This record gives sequence, C-alpha cells and structure tokens, in this order.
Amino acid sequence: MSTTTAPGAMAAKPAAGGWLHLVVIWAVLISAPAWMGYIGGYDALASQVLIFGLAAMGLNLLLGFTGVMSFGHAAYFGLGAYGAGFVLRYWVHSTPLAILCGILLGTVAGVTFGALMMRRTGIYFAMLTIAFAQICYYIAYSWNSVTGGYDGLRGFSRAPLHLGSYVIDIRGNGTLFYYFVLFVFAICTGLMGLLLRSPLGRTMIALRENSQRARFLGIPVEQHVWIAFILSTFFTSVAGALYALLNNFADPTALYYVISGNIVIMAVLGGMLSFWGPLLGAAVFVVLENEISSMTVNWMSFIGVIFVAVVLFFPRGLLGFLRRRSA
Amino acid sequence: MLTLVLFNLTNGIILGLFYVLMALGVSLILNLSNVINFAHGNFLALGGYFAFSLAPYLGYWGAFIVAPILVGVIGVIVEQTMIKRVYPRPHVYSLLLTFGLAFIIQDMCRTIWGVNGLPLSIPNALNSPLSNQFFFLTGYRIFLVAVVIVAVAALFAFLGFTRVGTRIRAGTFDLDTVSALGINIGLLRALNFGLGIGLAGLAGVLAGGQIGLNPNMGDDLVLPSFIAIIIGGIGSLTGTLVGGLIIGIASAVTSIWWSAGSEVIIYIMMVIILVARPRGIMGEEGMMT
Repeated sequence: MSTTTAPGAMAAKPAAGGWLHLVVIWAVLISAPAWMGYIGGYDALASQVLIFGLAAMGLNLLLGFTGVMSFGHAAYFGLGAYGAGFVLRYWVHSTPLAILCGILLGTVAGVTFGALMMRRTGIYFAMLTIAFAQICYYIAYSWNSVTGGYDGLRGFSRAPLHLGSYVIDIRGNGTLFYYFVLFVFAICTGLMGLLLRSPLGRTMIALRENSQRARFLGIPVEQHVWIAFILSTFFTSVAGALYALLNNFADPTALYYVISGNIVIMAVLGGMLSFWGPLLGAAVFVVLENEISSMTVNWMSFIGVIFVAVVLFFPRGLLGFLRRRSA
Repeated sequence: MLTLVLFNLTNGIILGLFYVLMALGVSLILNLSNVINFAHGNFLALGGYFAFSLAPYLGYWGAFIVAPILVGVIGVIVEQTMIKRVYPRPHVYSLLLTFGLAFIIQDMCRTIWGVNGLPLSIPNALNSPLSNQFFFLTGYRIFLVAVVIVAVAALFAFLGFTRVGTRIRAGTFDLDTVSALGINIGLLRALNFGLGIGLAGLAGVLAGGQIGLNPNMGDDLVLPSFIAIIIGGIGSLTGTLVGGLIIGIASAVTSIWWSAGSEVIIYIMMVIILVARPRGIMGEEGMMT
C-alpha cells in the first residue's frame, strides 16, 4: 500500500478546520446557480462538477483513505449510468428507481470484481482494475440490442419527482435538477463523513498508513480492502446514475478508461489526502476541460499537460499545496 | 472451412505477435521500474510515423532500422526527464504521468502528420501473396513473423547472456540488492525503458506496413498487452510471450463464430486465470502478487 507522506502530515480529519470551511463550501454550492452565469458557467456544468466530484470523492475513499490504487472506476461510473438508463428506457419512468438501479448495477459489479481482486496488491491490483473496467466497456460496446452499442442508450429522459401530491419537475429545469443533484451529493458526502469517523473508516486509514502493522493487530486486511472497494464503487455508481440523468443518455464513453483516468486526476489534482480535495479537483478539471475544448483543437495536449504538471509539480494537489504554503 | 480456420489462425498469430512485441516492452518496464506505461501504444504510433517520414531519405530498410532506435532514444529522454522522478512515489503518479503522456504524444502525432490515415509503403518484394489458395499468406506477413521471431530471440539472448541483461533480470527480482552491489540502477532503468519503448517502435513500423498509420493505431493494442502480461504471469517475460500469443490466437479464432467476442474472449480468459491460477501461467509465486 502507498506510503505517501510523512506521518502526521495526513491525519485524516473529515471536517478538518472546523465548521467555517463547511459553511463556505455549502454556501458556494447552494448559491452556485445564482452566480454561475456571470463567470461563463451554466447549470449543467455545475451539475457535472458535483457529479464528477462525487465520483472522485468515492474513488478517494479507496485511493486517498485506504491507500489502494484503482484505475478502473469508469466501470462503476458507467454501470451506474447504464443501470439508471435501463430503468428509464425499458421499465418505469421513475427517477429514484433509476438511481437505485444504477447503484445496484455498479455496486454488484464492485462486489464481484472486488472479490476477484482483493488478494492482489500494488501495481497488479491497479492493472486488474483497468482490465475489469475494459470488460464492461466492451460488453456495453458490443451488446447492441440491449445497450445500444456505440451510440449508447438513448431515448429516455429523467422523470419528475413525486413527493406525495407535490411534483418537482426536474425534467426541463436545469436549476432544479442541479439542486436535486446537490441533494443526493449532500446525502452521499454526509455518509462518507460518518463512514470515515466510524471504526471501519479508521481501519481503512490504518491500512493506508501501514497495512502490515494492521495485519499484526489482527485486522483482516484483504476483507477490508474489499469492503473499502465496494463502498467506493457504491458512491461512484451514484455519480454515474446522476450522470445518465443529467445527459439523458448513457454511452460507452462513460465506461472508457479515459474516464477512469479523469476521476483519478481529479482526486489527485484537488488533494487526495483531504476530504473535499476531489471536489475541488473535479471543479477545476471539468471547467478547464470545458474551456479548453472549446478554445483549441489541441485540447488533448492541454489535458495531457495538466496530468503531467500535477504529477511533477503538485503531487499533493491544490489543497495540499495551499496548506503547505500557509503552514 | 479449412481455409477460413487457417485464415483466422494466421490472423491470430499475426495479432498475437503484435501483442507480444507490445507486451514484452510493457513487461520489461513494469518488471524493473514498476511503471505501467499507458503511453506504450502512442510510442508504437510514433515508430510508424518516424518510419513514414524517414523512408524518403533512408529508403524502407533504413527507416525500418532507424525508426525504432529513434523511438527508443525518445523513450530514454522521456524516462530521464519525467518518469524517473516518480519512481519513489506511489503507483498512482506513474499511471497518471504515462496517461498524460499518451494524450500529449497522440495529439502531437495528430498535429504533425494529420488526423487522416497515411500509408507506409513497403517494398514490392514483400507485397505479393505466395499462393492463390492461401491468399492471406503474403510475403509481408511471413517477413513480419520472421522479424518478430528474430527480435524476440535477440531480446531473450540479450537478457540471458549479456552482463546488462543479467542485471536487468536480477533487478526484476531485487533491485535494492542490485543497487547495493554497485550497479548504477538509474542507468539500468533508463536503458531498459528505452529497450521496451524501442520494441513498441518496431511494432509500429511493422503495423504501419500492415494496416497503415493513424494517430490512434496503438490504442487497441495497449490494454490487451496488459492482459497478456496478467495471463502470462507478472514478472515473467516468457509468460508474457506465451500470454500474448494465446490471446491473439484466441481472439482471432473466436471471431470465426462470434465476431463481437474477439475482444471479450481475452477478458474471459483473464478472469479464468485469475480464479484458477492468480499468478498467471508462468508467474512465480509471490512475485508482485
């Protein structure tokens, strides 16, 4: 497992810095639709930031907090999207059910693949995660009659929410949908916060710090890697389901290994040793990608340079960089 | 039917040989440096394009020799300027680095040589089919098989019988001890990286003559070459050789009956290996597993 920094430097406090920064984060997120327009953003972009932020935070439970490397989280993201798509396309017109099914599909895959991989470590584990993600990609790509093949699953749209007799129409209204995403995001981050404070969460951090010592203490390491992997895929598949609802389609690119790489770079770019880092990373990456791809045909080089620059110059991510500055 | 089976078998062997060249390069780098090289397919493309641009000056045969060496040299430069800085760090950084490099190289190829495919013309002597019934046995394919066999034999001889090769093999098992014995492992890793990348360059020159050149030509070969390594057993180059051939043949033979299955079969085989024999066909117990 990874030993990234000096001991103590990365003591994980899910709500480090007390209440103030939580207030700031949520104020920014809640008010986003009000000021997005002034800086050239739009509701769908804001939703995308939250969705990828959630995916990256989910990955980070594994990468940053358990110290296990997955380079294949596109699988669970994409399966979440396809699960939601299947419900809306073939079964019932219900947004909550779509999300539940997306989670189910993504997490079942996480349980299965995790069981096959949990005894492998290090670079071998990472290679297997890539391979399993590629299996899902090829299945989605080749199983034309069910998944729509290359074009993906189309011809569905998210359904209005029914709360008793009250109907929230998230279908045509981007701002309302943003708040719906934010609501799901809030539940998920709350759960992650609780998880990291629980004995299970502390055990995960212990594995990251020193898996050998954890083993000596009688902690079944493989099983905990498996559990952390499943939890991580759970949150990433929630994000995937929301992604299908945002776009009103699910296509194989959501399963492609490029998405896996993007999710990892978001976590690292923001700072994988902090709870909120991946969200910041997702915000920066999604906005930059959006800007660059509309500005130049050479956007691939710019994205590549972001990857290289983060690795060589900001390995602790933006939050790690800022913290070190202020320290 | 026999012709069809033979046709697919030949295709499978050719495909397998490309997987072998790629996977051996990835495997060399993985074994000694613990880096998964996502950009390997882009170095392959670079090899093809270099041959394309050099051929007018050096002729096909000159380009055939020089292009892979040039790609290998670029590999060494990339290793020395960037990759070596992430060796002491967790795997996530080397993965992200090579991932970013893949984007950059692909975009460079696209900008320099264009998005559209280019043909890499091969000497006429290699171009003719050898028999009418077995139309798929072109001279070029025979040549390709021969080149790969020579290259692989040379690689194994180098690793088996030269001093540097022995050090690379020793480093695969225990790099710290090799370093403690006074061997410059920085240089060793750089050489080894260049060697692996050079193999990708050679694969690119060969692939260019077979399917033409385009900026994404290596993409479809990268992930299967990872699978070849997993199936063959991480840490074993012989395993990688076997793994690459097996998945190439399996995928071509599967496509006789199930055309969409040619990719899926590779992964099915990987899962079977993982369940039945996690260390891979030739992998040593405890090697990086």
